[in-house]
Amino acid sequence: MLEQLLLTVLMTSVPLIFAATGELVAERSGVLNLGVEGMMLMGAVAAFATAFGTGNLWLAIIVGGLAGALTGGVFALFALGFATNQVATGLALTIFGTGLSGLVGAPLVGHAIDGLPQITIPVLSNLPFVGALLFSLDPMAYLAVALLAGVAWFLKRTRGGLVLRAVGDNHDSAHALGYSVLRVRLLAVLFGGMMAGLGGAYLPLMLTPHWAEGMTAGRGWIALALVVFASWLPWRVLVGALIFGGITIMQLAGQARGWTVPSQFLSMLPYLATIAVLVVISRNREFSLANFPSCLGRVFHAGK
Amino acid sequence: MKHLLKAAAAGLVGVVAMAGAAIADPVKIGFVYLTNPGDHGWTYAHEVGRLDVEKHFGSKVETTYVENVPEGPDSTRVIRELARQGNKMIFTTSFGYMDPTLKVAKEFPDVKFVHLTGYKRSGNMSTGNIRFYEGRYVQGVVAGMMTKSNKVGYLASFPIPEVIQGINAFALGMRSVNPDATVSVIWVNSWYDPVKESDAAKVHIAEGADILAQHTDSPAMLQTAEKAGVYGFGQSSDMKAFAPKAQLFSSVNNWSPYYIAQIEAMLDGSWTTGEGPDHWPGNTWLGLSDDYLVLTPFENMPANVAAAAKAAADKVSGGYNIFSGPFKDNAGNVILSDGESYHDGNLWNDMNYYVEGVIGKIPG
Repeated sequence: MLEQLLLTVLMTSVPLIFAATGELVAERSGVLNLGVEGMMLMGAVAAFATAFGTGNLWLAIIVGGLAGALTGGVFALFALGFATNQVATGLALTIFGTGLSGLVGAPLVGHAIDGLPQITIPVLSNLPFVGALLFSLDPMAYLAVALLAGVAWFLKRTRGGLVLRAVGDNHDSAHALGYSVLRVRLLAVLFGGMMAGLGGAYLPLMLTPHWAEGMTAGRGWIALALVVFASWLPWRVLVGALIFGGITIMQLAGQARGWTVPSQFLSMLPYLATIAVLVVISRNREFSLANFPSCLGRVFHAGK
Repeated sequence: MKHLLKAAAAGLVGVVAMAGAAIADPVKIGFVYLTNPGDHGWTYAHEVGRLDVEKHFGSKVETTYVENVPEGPDSTRVIRELARQGNKMIFTTSFGYMDPTLKVAKEFPDVKFVHLTGYKRSGNMSTGNIRFYEGRYVQGVVAGMMTKSNKVGYLASFPIPEVIQGINAFALGMRSVNPDATVSVIWVNSWYDPVKESDAAKVHIAEGADILAQHTDSPAMLQTAEKAGVYGFGQSSDMKAFAPKAQLFSSVNNWSPYYIAQIEAMLDGSWTTGEGPDHWPGNTWLGLSDDYLVLTPFENMPANVAAAAKAAADKVSGGYNIFSGPFKDNAGNVILSDGESYHDGNLWNDMNYYVEGVIGKIPG
């Protein structure tokens, strides 16, 4: 029973891991993209349409990621190309993505698909407890953790990661050193879009194998909060996503067991927890701001 | 030149259409929807009703609908706008539109407002409803016979009278055939949040439930049941397409006869807000006996369970009062003794408890 509950926690966390990791990369390059929700929805609708139309779930995952990246590209066009205000552009992107996905998805409503299959890793999946929990998940759950690990490695260990962080910390210096600030940021935003698209795709491919308008229900915003929660460090995204997923599921399980706490309060818990953790980590500026990209949200003008 | 002619022709058609409209002058009817018709649940059932209205009245009426209208103050604007656009009758199709509808009804005394599933009304605002709980009683009978773990999971939306009636009717049906079975309730605090509904369904299954029921609108719960190999009941519309192996049956809301009757009464001037049966403040509250509530075929269950389900449905159609004593609340207090039974007013005013067999307490 506990095993199944924890499995549900893991699955609830997967879309958050995708979206938050992507946003983290964009933010480390100095771009604040508040359009995560919109990109997730575009990824979700594109993935479902592909899965429904072709029956090919692998293709659906790829298309979901591409749709997210493309939506991120729209953001990049304005925020980077035309140097618009990032906050306003990001908010507009969420509204745009919500509306467009609803429009595109209208004919898909009411259809169901078979969700993603489980991948059972031989031998390891036979282990008691952890076998079911860690070694017989769906392919996208593995992909999420693999991409997270890749991002952690890239940011910390590679030259590219160093450049990306330099651009986020001080775009003028990076520019003076000869790095193309806009190109780095474009790639980071596209990657962020792809990850949000994958996170969105997980919903109709795995969690509830049908398309519903606005089905992300605010998960994009939670992903944004998770990046701050993680103080811009990749592995803390994983911890944060699991905590969030854990509280979400715990409050449901509490109700099923008849705990006499108002369900409205229980529904609030994940959000309260996020705020509480934010308060706690914000008290230690070194801990929370050590990795804060100083140029976050600031428009870059070459030649200034 | 060709384009010009085309434009002129189009203009002419427009004028003719307008002239035609002036002669026939269709009566405008508005609908306010909570989600979109694609939810394949609650709103879809209303959309079916609206389309039947168009079919029935043809060019005599013109219907419009506004979808995805949040409950609460936002809906006031939408309802007012529909009234301003000249709609003569406006159906507001969710409990949470009750106060907004009341407010707008006072501003537009010439427009008829029909609010569904609430309890407040005024001179030009009535309440319509379906006895959803009758279907849930039959669901309870099936669940009680089908469950092996004696644990049934129930997804609920908001703690309003209609939902409490449903949970209690379900539990009474379940306990009538299986006194050991219990039902636990998860409040999702939303009518429509597929991901959360699916999470809640998974939690129920993880906690040992092998039969699921829902008072939320999306097919997510049944999809989850299908995947996990347990059974469940569909809500508002037939959800078989989403869970061919898991759906035992769906209680389908059939609003068409109600809508048609209300519009007919408005057109011939006989419409009233009515006094409902037994202290119930609405003009119509019908269920299985009048086909306002329709049960889809009983499937994925043994023949004896299907027979019991049919017998239960027939009993309810035949006038059996589900809320008849003796029964207790889940704290052990006797609510009704043998021979006593509730009238409709009690269902709205006095049912602030879970009956025996339901785990937990009503929130709030």
